[in-house]
Amino acid sequence: MTWDVALILSVDGLANGAVYLLAGLGLVLIFSVTRVVFVPFGDVAAFAALSLAAFETGRTPPTIGLVLTLAILAVLAELWGLARRRDYARMPRAVVLWGLLPALPCLAAWAVAGRAMPAVVNIVVSIALVVPITPLIARIALQPIADASVLVLLIASLALHFLLSGLGLLFFGPEGSRTNPLASGALTLGNGFSISAQTLLMIASAIVLSGLFYLMFERTLTGKALRATAVNRVGARLVGIRPARTASLAYGGASLLAGLIGVLIAPVTTMYYDSGFIIGLKAFVAAIIGGLTSYPLTAVGALAVGLVESFASFWSGALKDVMVFGLLIPVLLLRSFLVTRVDEDEEEIDQ
Amino acid sequence: MKKLIRYAAVAACAAALTTGALAADLKVGLSVSLSGPNSSLGIPYAKGMQAALAYKPEINGHKIQLIVLDDASDPTTAGRNARKLVEEDKVDVLMGTSGVPAAIAMAQVGREAKTPMIGLTPIALDAKENPWVFTVAQPTQLMVDAVVERMKRNGVKTVGYIGFADAWGDLVYDAMMKAAPAAGIKVVSNERYARSDQSVTGQVLKIVALHPDAVMTGGAGTPGALPFLALAERGYKGGIYGQHGLINPDFLRVAGASAQGALMPTGPVIVAEQLPDSYPTKKIALDFRAVFQRVNGAPSTDAFSAYSFDGWLVFADAASRALAKAEPGTPEFRVALRDAIASTREVVGTHGVYNFKPGDLYGVDQRARVIVKVDNGKWKLAP
Repeated sequence: MTWDVALILSVDGLANGAVYLLAGLGLVLIFSVTRVVFVPFGDVAAFAALSLAAFETGRTPPTIGLVLTLAILAVLAELWGLARRRDYARMPRAVVLWGLLPALPCLAAWAVAGRAMPAVVNIVVSIALVVPITPLIARIALQPIADASVLVLLIASLALHFLLSGLGLLFFGPEGSRTNPLASGALTLGNGFSISAQTLLMIASAIVLSGLFYLMFERTLTGKALRATAVNRVGARLVGIRPARTASLAYGGASLLAGLIGVLIAPVTTMYYDSGFIIGLKAFVAAIIGGLTSYPLTAVGALAVGLVESFASFWSGALKDVMVFGLLIPVLLLRSFLVTRVDEDEEEIDQ
Repeated sequence: MKKLIRYAAVAACAAALTTGALAADLKVGLSVSLSGPNSSLGIPYAKGMQAALAYKPEINGHKIQLIVLDDASDPTTAGRNARKLVEEDKVDVLMGTSGVPAAIAMAQVGREAKTPMIGLTPIALDAKENPWVFTVAQPTQLMVDAVVERMKRNGVKTVGYIGFADAWGDLVYDAMMKAAPAAGIKVVSNERYARSDQSVTGQVLKIVALHPDAVMTGGAGTPGALPFLALAERGYKGGIYGQHGLINPDFLRVAGASAQGALMPTGPVIVAEQLPDSYPTKKIALDFRAVFQRVNGAPSTDAFSAYSFDGWLVFADAASRALAKAEPGTPEFRVALRDAIASTREVVGTHGVYNFKPGDLYGVDQRARVIVKVDNGKWKLAP
């Protein structure tokens, strides 16, 4: 291996790592606030990418129908809950929040579809279209069992992944798509070595977004409420933070990250209806390195996963994924020695 | 009252005799993947079969009845479908399917039930032990041989290989290793990637570092476009070759400009209108296009529907000879049909000219392949 090969592989690895970093942040965000390992995260990213591809080929993305159906189900679930508590006064608010708000991006998408719009409009609409998906399916399927054990939540979220990827196949078909690059051109660094603008964009977005994440958690009240829920759900409730509301916020934030990932990687990799799963799985490795709680460690883990993947594909393409997932074994061994175990099941008995 | 019963019995016998005297229907059982991940191939197969039914709906006065079942891209379901077709519908011939493992599952049912099977994909089975199985698809070796011949003509001395890390990647690599040394071409790498991989930069860097004259890819469908995109990104200037797994409109859409100038083999039906008039399969290929357009209301853009059509032509030719020996729906007819398929001589299809013989699954020769070049997102004949 020569230096320039190592350099190219490093840049490729960093670009992949940037994607895993964003996905890892989303997974840690959801897990720390709700204790759900959110497996369908990658599917949402794939939906964003495939919706963007649909806009570019002048088709109406079937994601619109999905979001509207989910919104109707969520409104029904909300109204049913309110009716049982005879809390009729809050019904209009529920309809607006769960029904009309998610319908807005659908309306925008419907208006944009089939027209030659600037790329930026398509991208923004694609991201906006997938943002409601996660909070809505969480409201329908996960909130009613929010106090169940981590294992039950994991199984429910796995079932949601199979549902979403099945719908993806139905909506977008088995063949993959690529979208037009967001940024063209390349940065040349002498000796024929260059970094494409798209790669730079991916790395830059990861840096900017993780910076924003840090600021939000450290400086805003919402961020502090999220952190409080993550530390102790019961304690947070005692000081007036509503776990259901913070959960929706976490899901929404993660969904936004998934949408960004989708549009960032769609130009450089071919996205299939089931591509999201592998991205989610590798981000999960990164999140495990961060112990599913630490954002900085997750970031380090994501970069490690990206680099290992890139170099492994050079040494042995067929064993690449084996090496990436093999990373888990030493990390888990190390963690079980170093970290004093907190009994998570204790929390459930209290509730 | 007794008289009435007797009359009724006589009438029933007479009715049975007259229907017996009428020509019995020929039954074709088709199992394809209309749903599931293989449906992008299975749906064209089914459409091609409908076109074939419209093209030749009867043989020697016997109507052909087509029974279509969906195997949901699953070999187990395909095997169950085959059993249902054989036992309940009593079909005379089995046809299918869009996946190689599923086709093998069907073929095994055909062998047990002594029903001939015309496969529409390559079937990896030992022909000696499976005398009931035939396939209209081209063997991989025949197609890869054509690529190697073309490489030799273009003066290629060293070639790098990158393909799927699965059975398809192995098949193409093995065929390559058989043909290339004989043509004086050295295969310098054997890089693999998974269908679901996001990037093949690592593998491609390794190939580019070896400076081969050309690169051969062993992929299929849209994931097969990945090496083309990565090679273009690294500015690789040598020739890129593919195989018939890439002949798919979605491949062209995803690979875009990166596949420009790539050479790959295919059945001649893909470029029928560009073939010289003297080419044996040109006329039937154009007929197929016309009937496909009429039946399905859209032009055919793939090679798969044409395999269905060819399977039907081979069956129709064999059935017309077998009908002289036995009545459809009987075990004797199935044996006669098997022997008739095994003695098929010069049946002209859209993909090639078929000559089957016992002990051989495949029936095509060099006329079943042409080399095409990707030219601005279209296949162009490269004679």
